[in-house]
This record gives sequence, structure tokens and C-alpha cells, in this order.
Amino acid sequence: MSPILEISDLSVAYRTPGGDVRAVEQVNLTLNAGEVVGLCGESGSGKSTLAYGATRLLRPPALVTSGSVRYAGRRITSGGDPVDLLTMNHRELRKMRWREIAIVFQSAMNALNPVLRVQDQLLDAVQAHLRLPRSEAREKVATLLDLVGIPRNRLRSYPHELSGGMRQRVMIAMALAADPEVVLMDEPTTALDVVVQRDILAQIVELKETLGFSVLFITHDLSLLLELADRIAVMYAGRLLETGTADAIMRSPAHPYTQGLLNSFPSLRGPRRELAGIPGSPPDLRDPQPGCPFIPRCTHAVAACAEVDMSLIPVSGRAEPLGPVPGVGHLTACPIVLPQGGAPQGGTAQGGAPKVSQEGVLS
Amino acid sequence: MSTLMRLWRNLPLKAKVGAVLFGLFVLCAIIGPELSPYDPSYANPAPNLLMAHPSAQHLLGTTQTGQDILSQMLVGIRLTMELALLVGVIATALSVIVGVTSAFLGGVWDEVLSVVTNVFLVIPALPLLILLLGYLPQKGQWATIIVLSALGWPWGARVIRAQTLMIRNRDFIAAARESGEKSWRIITLDIIPNEVSLIAASFVNTVLYAIATSVALAFIGLTNLNSWSLGTILYWAQSQQALQLGAWWWFVPPGLAVALIGASLVLLNTGIDELGSPRLRASRGAAKIAGRRIWPTDPTPVLTQLTASRGRLAAFAHSFSRGSLLDETPAGGELL
Repeated sequence: MSPILEISDLSVAYRTPGGDVRAVEQVNLTLNAGEVVGLCGESGSGKSTLAYGATRLLRPPALVTSGSVRYAGRRITSGGDPVDLLTMNHRELRKMRWREIAIVFQSAMNALNPVLRVQDQLLDAVQAHLRLPRSEAREKVATLLDLVGIPRNRLRSYPHELSGGMRQRVMIAMALAADPEVVLMDEPTTALDVVVQRDILAQIVELKETLGFSVLFITHDLSLLLELADRIAVMYAGRLLETGTADAIMRSPAHPYTQGLLNSFPSLRGPRRELAGIPGSPPDLRDPQPGCPFIPRCTHAVAACAEVDMSLIPVSGRAEPLGPVPGVGHLTACPIVLPQGGAPQGGTAQGGAPKVSQEGVLS
Repeated sequence: MSTLMRLWRNLPLKAKVGAVLFGLFVLCAIIGPELSPYDPSYANPAPNLLMAHPSAQHLLGTTQTGQDILSQMLVGIRLTMELALLVGVIATALSVIVGVTSAFLGGVWDEVLSVVTNVFLVIPALPLLILLLGYLPQKGQWATIIVLSALGWPWGARVIRAQTLMIRNRDFIAAARESGEKSWRIITLDIIPNEVSLIAASFVNTVLYAIATSVALAFIGLTNLNSWSLGTILYWAQSQQALQLGAWWWFVPPGLAVALIGASLVLLNTGIDELGSPRLRASRGAAKIAGRRIWPTDPTPVLTQLTASRGRLAAFAHSFSRGSLLDETPAGGELL
């Protein structure tokens, strides 16, 4: 496994008269070839800003304030150095988009033009990014619809004649038009009911297996990622709180926020338990407080939390070795709280860091 | 007061220029007649004042019969503005009433009112105005106002009807109806506030139409030629061959005034449009980030790129700007 998209130290801010809104703060995230990485977080946690900022799609007043986004696709680098998306100009980016990195947008309703036939919209994408004769482009469009399981007689339909699920499939087909190596999916199934959602997810996995692209899947639905993703990154208030394999996150969530998320939906099997949400609301990103942004809502908060530097550190006490690629192991930003559910822990990351004690709980 | 100030500051530049210009003309219409140095109709028989160049006594010169043109302008602007604003109010009110009721009531009402609107829309306005005003027994200010209002509303009515049809189908109208609100309450509290920018634009457009048409009608003599308006000044200038005699001070000021009022209204109109839909505003201008102009179609700017590629002179200039304080803010550090 080699990293195909390496986001390091990325910060994105929205520059407003009242000061910068720090929507993404020093995020490190690696996407390996052929992998599905899930990015999850609540509304306003910066997950979409991260994806669009990394691909330079945000409009002003958005501003990338630091970091690099290195892309190492086969076609571009052919074994050489990865290219940095953040140093590219308009023309270079245009070549990258769709051909290398494609996006499935959040709401298919708004992303499809209501007055153009599905066929014409797909043709647009194909002809803008691949130099094909007209007849071949038409054939390509038809095969794209085959890929996502829409009958060819729908080519001449308008978006309003398709169901929500079909529209979303068209969007996926469109993203795959130029055979990209990385596909960013921004909540592609949010507006759909669970049955259609499941259909589409199965389709995505199947397409990924056959076409061999990598997926960065953005959603607020952690339970969905546990099923779909190889690795999961949990985002909160513009920062990554925890990354790890889906399995590790499910079995032993290390950060209290992840634990809270996992406790807020029921599992199908296992004993009945009380569901607990996470009380409170996310912090104001214009006015970041030192330390962990989750302090006000965290039940484990202690005084030391205000000094946490929020870098990801390996979850201690686990036998899982760090892979050859950075960011593959199970990492957490919380050095205080022990992972839940795992085997007995050997100790905490900071050696003799205090166990959660009532005296130290912040008000 | 402070909310007014804030509103003013948020206005697009176009709207500000238009408002100031239009305000000047309104001011002129209010106090102009008191300021006029002479009686505009008084024909000074002094031979050196016939068609005299602008001078200290007569700032805009005199006509062929020795009348002071500045006085005529100051008095005439009032009549023209009065007519235009009245036509604007009456015609816009008519178009709101017809447009909203036909869309909201639907059915037979909609059919009838739409037919009426369409009939008025296809009537060629200027020829009809010429005919009507030519045959009316007294062709004074009020006759013009009534005829212009009667012909000026259908354009606005159609636009407002279309907008009302769209709003009427929104869920919040269904909710209001479901909660037992009366129709007139729904219309005045739910529908009309959503159309304010449209109605304002329609009003501004109608005023523009009234000024242009009334000046045109006066220019061909279809008004009370004993009163002073921008149109009648132009009528007399034309009929006394001011252009052929090279008396530019006679026809340029009223012509310029008409053009400036028109320009101010167009500026106001587009300004209101931008104010009503901030999306229009956001998608137009470039944002200034770290002293650079970033257009909406540009890729997301990267701070290091922006500062690295800035020339030495530009960097020096930028270091004085308020934006430069933001550049130095360390990631995760204290904000300003």
C-alpha cells in the first residue's frame, strides 16, 4: 500500500471581518491506493472544508493557511515525486480535476442541471476531460450508466424524471467519467433512505474493487463508516481526534468523542443498553481555546486537557504495530482517557498520566 | 440611526452613487422653486439678454425671449419629479394589487386579470398616449399622470404575479393557511415582504418609464405648455431652433438632467437587486485576501503562495494594511 493522497498539516480558515474562522486546523490524513477512508464528524466540524480545501475548490473568503497536499497518482508522477496541489496554478489544477481526483457532491438534486438531459451532462464531463470523438464519448457515457446499474434508456431522461437514488448514481457515474484515481464523496447518501443507501454503498465498494480507485468518504454517520471504510478519521471542531482501522475504532474507541458517538446509536445484536448522546454543542471556531476543543462537552475532562497539543499519538497498550506508512496505526489526540473496550491496558500514553479522577474534572 | 448607517455602509457602491444623485434631484424638486432667481416665465425685453450666453446674472443663460434658463430648470425639475414619483407609486400599487391577487386567488380571477394584463401589455403605449393626450380636453399634469399610470402597470404586474405564484406554493404559505390565517394577512405578511426587492425594482423602473415618456410627450407638445417641466424646456428649445442657433445652454442642461435622473435610477435599480440577493453580490466582486484580489472562480488561495509571490513593493504596501495583521497569526494561536 502506498499513499496516493497525503494531506499534511493542512489548515483552512475563512477570513471574516470578525477574525479568521479556523475551520480546519493542522490536519494530517493519508489516503492509500485502493483504500476507503471515512471522514466523520458532526455538522460544522470541517469535514467538507477539509476535502474541498485540499482540492482547492473553496471560494473566498476561504484561505489555506498552512500545510501541503501531496498527490502521487500513477499517471502524473510515474514513480517520481508526488505533486503538491497547494502549489498548483489554475491550469494545472484543471488537468488534475476529474482525471485524477473526482468529487461526488453532497446533494445530487442541486449538482445536476435540471434543464439538461442526463446524457448531455455526462457527455459534458467526458468531453471536457477526455479527448474522445463524439461517437466514442457517447459509448463511454452509456457504459458509465451501465457501471452504476441504470438502464441505458434513461440516457435521455431529465434529472427530475429520476428517483433520488438514481440521481445519486448518475453523480457517481459522472465522477467516474474520466477514470480518476481518487474519488472524494461528500455525504453521497445523506438524502436517501437506508435501503437505497445500502444499495449505493454496495455499488461503490464493487466499483472500487473493479476500477481500483481510492475513496475519501465524508459523512456524519459513523455507523455507516464502520461497515464501509477501511480506515476512519473522526473530526471535531476542525481537528482530527482519532484515526484508526474501522475495526479498531469500533472495538476500542480511544477518544471520548468517538466513544460518545458510538454510544449514541444502538447495535443490532448484544445486550440492550441505555443510549447516550453527547450533550452540548461544538465550540466557536473564531475563538479557539487552548488544548482539546472537546473539553466543554467531555465527561472525562481534567485540568491537564487544556495543555493537550492535539497531535495524534499511537494508542498505547495495543500490540498493533505502526505500518510502514505513517497514519496507518490507531492514533488518538487524547492522551488522558483510556481506550474503551479493549484488552487490559498496559498504561497510558504519558506513562504515569492520571486516571480520570473526580477531583480534576473541569466544571 | 446606527442601523441606518449600517444599511448605508452595506449598500453596493452603485446604489450609493444612484441614491446620492437621485437625492440631489429630489432636493432640487423640493427647494428648487424657492431658489430660482427669476420668474421662469418673465421675458426680459433687454436686447442683450435675448439668447445670451451663461453669465453671472444668468448662470445658464437665457432663451430667445430673455427668460432665465436656470429658473426654468429649478421649477421644471419639480414638475417632472412630481409626475414621475406619482406615476411610480400609482402604477406600482396597481401592479402589486393585480399581480398578487391574480396569482393568489387563482382560477377565474387569475384568468380574467391575466387577460386584462396581457391586453394592456400589447397596447402600443406611446401612440395611445399621443392619441389620448391629443384629444383630452385639458392636457395638464394630472391627465398625463393618470394616462401614464394606466398604461405603466402591466409589466410589473406580470413579474409580480410570477413571483407570487412561486411563493404561494412554498410550504410556509401552506403552513400559514393551515393555521387559519386570513388571506389578506397571508398576502400582506407572508407574500409581500418576500417581494420587496422586486416591488422596489419595479417602482424604480416605472419612475424611469414615467420620466422618459413624460419628457418625450412634452417634447412633442402634448402637455400644458404654459407650465415648466424638463420636457417643456426641451420643447421650447426645439421649437425656437436652439440647436440650429448653437444655443447649447438651452438644451444641454435639461437633457443632461433627464439623463442623470435616468442613470441614477438605473444605478439604484441594480443596487437594490444586489441588496435583495446577496448571492449576486458575492459572486461578482473579488475578495481581498492578504492584499490580493481573489476571484470566485480562482482556486482556493494558499497563504504561503500569496505572500511568497508578492513583489517587494507590494509586500511593503501590504504591511500597512489591516489584513497583514492576520497573516502573522500563528496557527492555533490567539486571534485578534
